[in-house]
Amino acid sequence: KYLADAMKDAILTVPSTKTSSPGSSLPDANGPASPLEGSLFADVAMAPPDAILGVTQAFRASTSPDKLNLGVGAYRSEEGTPWVLPTVKAAEAKLLEMQEAGKINKEYLPIDGIPEFYNAALKLMLGDNCTPVKEGRACSVQCLSGTGGLRLAAACIGAFQKGATIYVPNPTWGNHNNIFPKEGVPVQKYTYYKPETCGLDFEGMCADLNKMPSGSVVLLHACAHNPTGVDPTEEQWKEIAKIVKERGLVPLIDSAYQGFASGDFDKDAWACRYFAELGIELYLVQSFAKNMGLYGERTGLMTVICKDEDNANRLRSQIKPFIRTMYSSPPAHGARIAELILNDPEQLSAWKKEVKVMADRIIKMRKLLFQALKDNGCPGNWDHVVNQIGMFTFTGLNPEQVEILTKKYQIFLTKDGRISMAGLSESKCKYLADAMKDAILTVPSTKTSSPGSSLPDANGPASPLEGSLFADVA
Amino acid sequence: FFSTRSRTMSTFAAVQQAPVDAILGVTIAFQKCTAENKLNLGVGAYRDENGKPWVLPTVKAAEQDLFAQQEAGKINKEYLPIDGVPDFYNSAVKLMLGDDCTPLKEGRNCTVQCLSGTGGLRLGAAIMGRYMKGADIYIPSPTWGNHKAIFPQEGVTVKEYTYYDPATCGLNFDGMIKDLQAMPAKSVVLLHACAHNPTGVDPTEEQWKEIAKVIKEKQLFPMLDSAYQGFASGDFDKDAFACRHFAELGIEMMLIQSFAKNMGLYGERCGAFTVICADAETANRLKSQLKIIIRTTYSSPPGYGARICSTILNDPARLSAWKAEVKSMADRIIQMRKDLYDALKANGCPGTWEHVVNQIGMFTFTGMKPQQVSILTDKFNVFLTKDGRISMAGLNTAKCKYLADAMKAAITESPDA
Repeated sequence: KYLADAMKDAILTVPSTKTSSPGSSLPDANGPASPLEGSLFADVAMAPPDAILGVTQAFRASTSPDKLNLGVGAYRSEEGTPWVLPTVKAAEAKLLEMQEAGKINKEYLPIDGIPEFYNAALKLMLGDNCTPVKEGRACSVQCLSGTGGLRLAAACIGAFQKGATIYVPNPTWGNHNNIFPKEGVPVQKYTYYKPETCGLDFEGMCADLNKMPSGSVVLLHACAHNPTGVDPTEEQWKEIAKIVKERGLVPLIDSAYQGFASGDFDKDAWACRYFAELGIELYLVQSFAKNMGLYGERTGLMTVICKDEDNANRLRSQIKPFIRTMYSSPPAHGARIAELILNDPEQLSAWKKEVKVMADRIIKMRKLLFQALKDNGCPGNWDHVVNQIGMFTFTGLNPEQVEILTKKYQIFLTKDGRISMAGLSESKCKYLADAMKDAILTVPSTKTSSPGSSLPDANGPASPLEGSLFADVA
Repeated sequence: FFSTRSRTMSTFAAVQQAPVDAILGVTIAFQKCTAENKLNLGVGAYRDENGKPWVLPTVKAAEQDLFAQQEAGKINKEYLPIDGVPDFYNSAVKLMLGDDCTPLKEGRNCTVQCLSGTGGLRLGAAIMGRYMKGADIYIPSPTWGNHKAIFPQEGVTVKEYTYYDPATCGLNFDGMIKDLQAMPAKSVVLLHACAHNPTGVDPTEEQWKEIAKVIKEKQLFPMLDSAYQGFASGDFDKDAFACRHFAELGIEMMLIQSFAKNMGLYGERCGAFTVICADAETANRLKSQLKIIIRTTYSSPPGYGARICSTILNDPARLSAWKAEVKSMADRIIQMRKDLYDALKANGCPGTWEHVVNQIGMFTFTGMKPQQVSILTDKFNVFLTKDGRISMAGLNTAKCKYLADAMKAAITESPDA
């Protein structure tokens, strides 16, 4: 039995080829050949397991009372639970009432979604005085959260900017690398993160921007860069924008954290608004997954700012067939929730406060962790813990150090040393700081650094799922 | 390729205005029309006697339940798994294929939640584009317009097979069999599980058995598109006949299920996509690849519609109540067929109209020509697609009479050649 079980495991792990198949396509010796022998899908490889899933699986399997899940890319309260925002619940209650009263129903949305949603969402990001919006040059469509928006932008690039390459920051959210090639758009990296400082390699970034061919697409994170938490300053953004405009580059701004990064919606919108006033064409993707907690309802929009209104209208007519052949029309529920909140001044104000609560808690965790690392005399420079912005901190720990955190302390995080501040609570900061100190003393970082220098290229051997999105996928 | 010109000229200067989607364009035109007697027979969404959309009571009850569960902290809005809610998609495929389905019992199905029918078809196209290279897909002539547009997006060539016989407004069975027999092995054949859209013409059970026999013999790969289970005849098992028959053939196949119409979840994009594979291990590997395809399109599916559906499918009392609701919709449509038929006979409208009662499902392929359709729209404010397809769901008894009179006028004014 032991041998039989081992053989089964081996065969399931490494599927047999067509020519030698212990059992896979062997016909029943007693009867006619099964038509199912030789599957059409015999050569379909098992896709690599997800790195992040492994983190969550390991966390769940752990029985330690001290276990800590710092892989999670969704907001958690101080108690470690997900938070459905009160304004969201109120909106849902209202939608149920409206449906009872026959004011809304479940009919198909238009292909491009709910105008009252995407128009309000665009205004939230670009403000009331945005020139291209006022001039009707912005074409917005509802899409399936951030990923859906990126895929539509990729389709536009693939169709209307043939031959153009998209440049993504090094490192970036893992899924960026995988989306664009699906539409035939090649992906290259530009210098971004500097491990030695755990900050921005501004000179390197500008040098790379200056090398990009005119017409290239540059992917920029609007704020709270994922995974590093490193954002350009306003002065640096101005310089970046100058080069982008001079070289005829086309920005694709990915915004997943408006309001969530600093707690201030206008502050977090600064880069988007600045670029929108440059008088150039650009793509903008907005997700309401995190700031409105609508993760699983897939609520977002993709906007193209064009040279003129006529362009924008024609482009909309071409984007609709992309949507029609992918999923026909977007899901209603999340967009309706957002529509209600964004268009009601009281709800909007209440929601912004809720977002500030989330942002403030994360900022507080940064401060507490920083203080705990100072208090226990942990080797290294930890300024980046408070300087980095958004949900994640790129600690600078190397894989060996990470392994100590996990094996010895039951602290679960990705190999690249990225931790989700959302997974921390006040009571756990000291525990984490002590574990980090132990890890660093046990496995010293390499010569170039303070922790962070030995950071492997977080893009590494591409795991398609590097990125917090699937942290809790069972 | 991009010169300094691009700094002043729009990137999108050469983008043409795309034509409006034919089917959805009908509704846009209808909404623009200000006539009081206007009639929308375009898009296939159910309407009650008063022409109003109907949110099913079981759906409303499920929504209330989910809201309460959320209040109690039992559910939240976290990301779904990439392949969706297992309680949803497992019960969905069971609803279609039944409890005694061999491949399901053997775990040979790879099932994922998808974005309603279109989303499922796109996943099927993606699988074809990656793992069935060189295989063309054959779609019936005619078919739902979007079928033709989806597959080329994944590099799959679309071909047609004989299906509808305009002379009889019925199935050209011999023509269909002939075309099936001529298809190269490994070709994919798209079949409408029931209530063929747009014609309403379905094979009989005997004809399905023959079709299946040829498909198996010729080593063709069926892709079954099911948008109307329960909605066609009012009987979920009857409408599942073809799918269940194919599932027992012992061949690999795909199945797309939409809950847009039978559960009225149109805008919530709720569907399930299944590949029945040679064995469970293959199904497993295929799922891992499907997940990658999904991740690069939208990462994970929307939760709301799938949770509503799961709540209903997994509760015997709700399931039973829902099936009764679907029957009431199907019955009303069948009644409309009778009423229209009676009205056309009563006013002596030229032509034979048996197909109005023989065709199945939400649509009737009237057989009217584009010029006649134009008259219906321009003179009588009746909105329908140019191919003469009408949605029975948009009718009530009084409107049947109005429509019959309009059809008579249109046909009289512009007789068939």
